[in-house]
Amino acid sequence: MTTVAVKPATMAQALTRALRDAMAADPGVHVLGEDVGTLGGVFRVTDGLAAEFGEDRCTDTPLAEAGILGTAVGMAMYGLRPVVEMQFDAFAYPAFEQVVSHVTKMRNRTRGKMPLPLTIRIPYGGGIGGVEHHSDSSEAYYMATPGLHVVTPATVADAYGLLRASIASDDPVVFLEPKRLYWSKDTWNPEEPAPVEPVGRAVVRRSGRSATLITYGPSLAVCMEAAEAARAEGWDLEVVDLRSLVPFDDETVCASVRRTGRAVVVHESGSFGGPGGEIAARVTERCFHHLEAPVLRVAGFDIPYPPPMLERHHLPGVDRILDAVGRLQWEAES
Amino acid sequence: MTVMEQRGAYRPTPPPAWQPRTDPAPLLPDAEPHRVLGTKAADRADTELLRTLYARLVRGRRYNAQATALTKQGRLAVYPSSTGQEACEIAAALVLEERDWLFPSYRDTLAVVSRGVDPVEALTLLRGDWHTGYDPYEHRVAPLSTPLATQLPHAVGLAHAARLKGDDVVALAMVGDGGTSEGDFHEALNFAAVWQAPVVFLVQNNGFAISVPLDKQTAAPSLAHKAVGYGMPGRLVDGNDAAAVHEVLSDAVRRARAGGGPTLVEAVTYRVDAHTNADDATRYRGDAEVETWRRHDPVELLERELTERGLLDEEAIRAAREDAETMAADLRARMNRDPELDPLDLFDHVYAEPTPQLREQRDQLRAELAAEAETGAATAAPEGGHR
Repeated sequence: MTTVAVKPATMAQALTRALRDAMAADPGVHVLGEDVGTLGGVFRVTDGLAAEFGEDRCTDTPLAEAGILGTAVGMAMYGLRPVVEMQFDAFAYPAFEQVVSHVTKMRNRTRGKMPLPLTIRIPYGGGIGGVEHHSDSSEAYYMATPGLHVVTPATVADAYGLLRASIASDDPVVFLEPKRLYWSKDTWNPEEPAPVEPVGRAVVRRSGRSATLITYGPSLAVCMEAAEAARAEGWDLEVVDLRSLVPFDDETVCASVRRTGRAVVVHESGSFGGPGGEIAARVTERCFHHLEAPVLRVAGFDIPYPPPMLERHHLPGVDRILDAVGRLQWEAES
Repeated sequence: MTVMEQRGAYRPTPPPAWQPRTDPAPLLPDAEPHRVLGTKAADRADTELLRTLYARLVRGRRYNAQATALTKQGRLAVYPSSTGQEACEIAAALVLEERDWLFPSYRDTLAVVSRGVDPVEALTLLRGDWHTGYDPYEHRVAPLSTPLATQLPHAVGLAHAARLKGDDVVALAMVGDGGTSEGDFHEALNFAAVWQAPVVFLVQNNGFAISVPLDKQTAAPSLAHKAVGYGMPGRLVDGNDAAAVHEVLSDAVRRARAGGGPTLVEAVTYRVDAHTNADDATRYRGDAEVETWRRHDPVELLERELTERGLLDEEAIRAAREDAETMAADLRARMNRDPELDPLDLFDHVYAEPTPQLREQRDQLRAELAAEAETGAATAAPEGGHR
C-alpha cells in the first residue's frame, strides 16, 4: 500500500480550492461579494480567483448585501450559478429580505419552473476575538426559513466536499463557514479531493457507547476534545457532526442516540429558539423509549454576542460539555 | 537627521486635484414631463403605433374593470387596479422585444397580460390558487413581486448575466412611487449604474402609496432626479400620454441595448381606483382631485388625438370595444370555473427533492385528507383531485 505524502492544508485553502474547481468545471459559476476580487476576500477565501477567471467571474460589488444577493437572484434566473460571499454573519442581515421573500420561495411560487441554484457563503460564529457584529451564530434564522439548505463544515475535507456539493445543488444553500476554523489544518490532499456527495448526511466522527454529542461546525473540535477528556470519567462518548442542518439527518442522529441512550446537543448559538431545541425535540419524539435521560443542550448564553475579552465565558467549552454529560442521570445505571 | 530637522523638511503633499466623475447636466430630467399627444410632436408619431396603442388601452381599461368585478363576485381575493395607468402598463410591454424581460410589481398584471401571458395565469396570484400562475420563461416575465422594489435587483442581475453571456437582452423593471423609498430601489439603481447593466427602471408615480401621498414619501425635486445621484439619466414623462411613454421607454430600451447603460423613467400618472378593492380612498383624498385626473384620462387623450386627426372612426372605436368585450367575456367565463386544487401540491417544489421531513408531513396531510373524505367532511371543502 502506498501512502501519498500530504501537506497539511487549512480550511480556507480547501474552500478556495472548491471555488476554483467549481468555476473551472462550470462556466456558469460566478463569485460575487465585497472585496472578493483584488483583495481575495477578508479571509482570503477567494484569493486568486479574479486573476485566474477574470473580474466578470469573480466580481467586487458595491457594498450592499441586499443588492449583492438580489442581483445574484437575477443572475440565477438567467441560468448562472452564483456564489455570493457575505463578509460576516452579522453583515448578512440586510440581505435577509431577499433570502426570505425570493431566494427561498422562487422555486415554490413558480411550481418548480424557476429554481435558484445559488450559494450564500457566510463566515459565522465566534472565537476569533472579533469586535461587535463579527461573531454571530445566525444559523437558526436560516434553519427556520423553508426552501433553504443550511450547510456547515467542521473539517478541512468537508469544507471542500460540502462547498462543491452546495454549488452543485439546484437548491439555494446557505453555506456557513466557521470563522475560527479557517486556519485549522488537516492532512488533506487537494490533488485528490474527497468525493462530493449530496448535502444532507450527518457523520459519526467518534464512536462511543455512553452518550452522543450532537454538534456541527465550530463546536465539533470542542466536542472531540470533550470526548477525549471524558474517558477519564469513564464515559465513552459518541460524536455526531451534522454537517447539514437542513436537510436534517434524523436517521444518523437517531441511530446514534438509540445506541447510546443519552444525548447532548452542543452549539455556539443561543439555546432559546436555537437549533438545539429543534434537535432535542426531534430526538425525543423519535427515540423516547431509548432515552435514559432528557436531551440536554450546551449552547451559547441567550445574550447578544459578548465583547472579545469576555467571549470565552460564552462559548461552549470542554468543562461545560462534561458538566452536561454528568447530568445525564447516570445514577439509575449503578 | 534629527526629528526637528525632519519636521523642518516636511512639505505637506497637496491632495490630488478633484475631478467631477460624471457631468450631471445630461443626466437631469426635463423641467416638464414629456408629452406627445396634443403637441406638435404628435405630427411625427407613427400612426400605426398610435392605433395599436389605442386598441390596447381600450382592452386594458376593460381588463381592469373585469378584474375588479371579479373581486365583487368572490372570484379574486383582491385586485390592485391599474385603471388610469393603462398607458404605462401597455407601453412597458410593447417596447420590449420577445427576448427581453419584464419585472412587474403586484399592480402590473395588465403589463404582464399585454406581454402575452394568459390573463387567468396572470391572475392566479390574486385568485389565490397558487402564487405565480405562469411559467416566467415562456414570455420572459418574472413573477409579480409583492414585496416592494425587491424585484429591481433581480432585473439588474438578469440583465447583467445576459450581458456577460453576450446576449442582446434588456430588462424593464416596474415599481411605484412608494417603492422608490425602499432600500432595494437604491441598491438596484446603484448596481445597475456601476455595472452599466441594460436595464430600464419605470417608476409609475401614481400619487399614492396606499394612502400616503408623494410629499410624505420624498423631498426629491422629482423621482426622475434620483437617477442623477447614481450617474444614470432620469427621464420624466406624462404617464397618461401613451405615445409619450412609448417614446421615452423605447429610447431607454434602445440606449440600454446599445450598451449605454440603465435609465430611470418617472411616469407621472394617477391611481384612479383605490389601492385595492379592500381600500377606501375617500379616507385620504377628495373627489375633486380624482376628477381632475379623470379629465386627463389616457384612453380619452389618445382617442381624441386620433379622432381629431381622422385616424379613428366610429367603426374602429366600436371594433376596439368589441375586442375588449370578447376578452372580458372569455376571462369572466374562465374565472368563473373553480380552479383545480390539490393540497398535496403544497409539498412539491419546496426543494428539488423533498426532504425526509417534508415527505413525512406530506404523508400526514394525505392521511388527514383520506380521513376527511371518509367522514364526509370533504363535501364541504373545495373539490380537489387528491393523489
